[in-house]
Amino acid sequence: MNIGTSKKEYDKMVKQASPNSRIGANCVRAFLVGGAICVFGQGLSSIFMAMGADKDMAGTLVAVALIFLAILVTGLGKYDDLVTFAGAGASVPITGFANAVAAPAIEFKKEGYIMGVGAKMFLIAGPVIVYGTLASMVVGLIYYFVR
Amino acid sequence: MLKRYGRQTVLFNSPVGIMATASVVGPKEGQGPLAAYFDQIEADPMFGTESWEKAESKFAETAAEMAAKKADTAIGDFEYIIAGDLLNQSTGSIFGLRNTNAPYLGIFGACSAMGEGMSLGGMLIDGGFAQKVICLASSHFCSAEKQFRFPLEFGSQRPPTSSWTVTGSAAVALGGTTGGPSVMGCTTGKMVDMGVTDANNMGAAMAGAAADTIVAHLTDTGRSTDYYDKIITGDLGYIGQELLLALVKKKGYDITHKHIDCGIEIFDKNTQDTLAGGSGCACSGVTFAGYFYDKMKRGELNKILFVPTGALMSPTSVQQGESIPGIAHAVVIENA
Repeated sequence: MNIGTSKKEYDKMVKQASPNSRIGANCVRAFLVGGAICVFGQGLSSIFMAMGADKDMAGTLVAVALIFLAILVTGLGKYDDLVTFAGAGASVPITGFANAVAAPAIEFKKEGYIMGVGAKMFLIAGPVIVYGTLASMVVGLIYYFVR
Repeated sequence: MLKRYGRQTVLFNSPVGIMATASVVGPKEGQGPLAAYFDQIEADPMFGTESWEKAESKFAETAAEMAAKKADTAIGDFEYIIAGDLLNQSTGSIFGLRNTNAPYLGIFGACSAMGEGMSLGGMLIDGGFAQKVICLASSHFCSAEKQFRFPLEFGSQRPPTSSWTVTGSAAVALGGTTGGPSVMGCTTGKMVDMGVTDANNMGAAMAGAAADTIVAHLTDTGRSTDYYDKIITGDLGYIGQELLLALVKKKGYDITHKHIDCGIEIFDKNTQDTLAGGSGCACSGVTFAGYFYDKMKRGELNKILFVPTGALMSPTSVQQGESIPGIAHAVVIENA
């Protein structure tokens, strides 16, 4: 096919025509929302510790509470709007991970509990778990020999 | 007499009348600038069903029945129904049309389905193989997201080059010699691969095919761009439009003032956050069936070249690093 433009030339045209993401604005939003989620988590931690939990237990309780809230908000159909606004600020915290598991579980429920929910639940989070585990093994090995 | 002109174009012996069109759209399209032109705006994206796929089928079924009713013909009396959508194994078309009891031809041309369908339907009728044909296309934002991107509730930011799949279905009933808007011929597009691998920039992937088909049509017929009131592409969006105009200009044609893109017209990008514009089989489908058909009926437009565009890819091909070939089918529609 020859429409008078080479692929290389066209690639240049495409880059020129395609607007970039607004990195500056996105960073500010991510900082504000991501920071707010962390402050909220810290507040929960302080409350749990005031109620008598030790530091480890408080950390676990905070994770449980944030995951619960993120899944609730996902179920209400609002978490994706938050990420559209805040980007990485809402997808990097543990709440984003909860959203990544809950969203496919909701979406694929129509295909049944086995091949739908069960098989597709880790569609997005799966790679994070696989390579997170792999990375921790590598780090563990290095730690074992270098210590 | 051979009705073929040049390498890719056919012009019919007699005009193939458009008996009726039907456009059924979802809520977001119903808030867009073309809302007044659609036959039915369904407020519930699930359309009373329990899944996105079933909803898309319901859109298709509703559009088919509406077009048949407007054409005063029982749906089972159409000699062919030609339909296409984006879902695996034509899920949208099949389950929407399984009860029509009419001979069914399923097609796939990605978002160019309406162009492909109207080309085939026109040729069937002008060839004397049928008198009445329904051409249908459907797409659904949610079922497309589920198949091509992410589950709907998963949070992710869309890049500014990405498009927004139109929810809805359009049906065009061809046949009869009704006068008014008629299909006069078509130019069947070739697959054109410009080497674009970014599935979030489909306008760029399709612009080459649109340029190729438009230039081929003008060359094959010997017509100048002045012949047409408007040259209307399917879903190139803002980025694809810019690229199309540049590519066509390189070939010696200036269509800057003739060109309209359905993907740009159907949404208001400033208030609807639709980024590069609308896309999907329904994008060109409902914009033609609703807006442009109306403009032609009123005589505000008399000759258009309708060029639905498609990005030929699957999630698998993209994941395997394949580039995305584009396709565009041009349909000549004139007031006869």
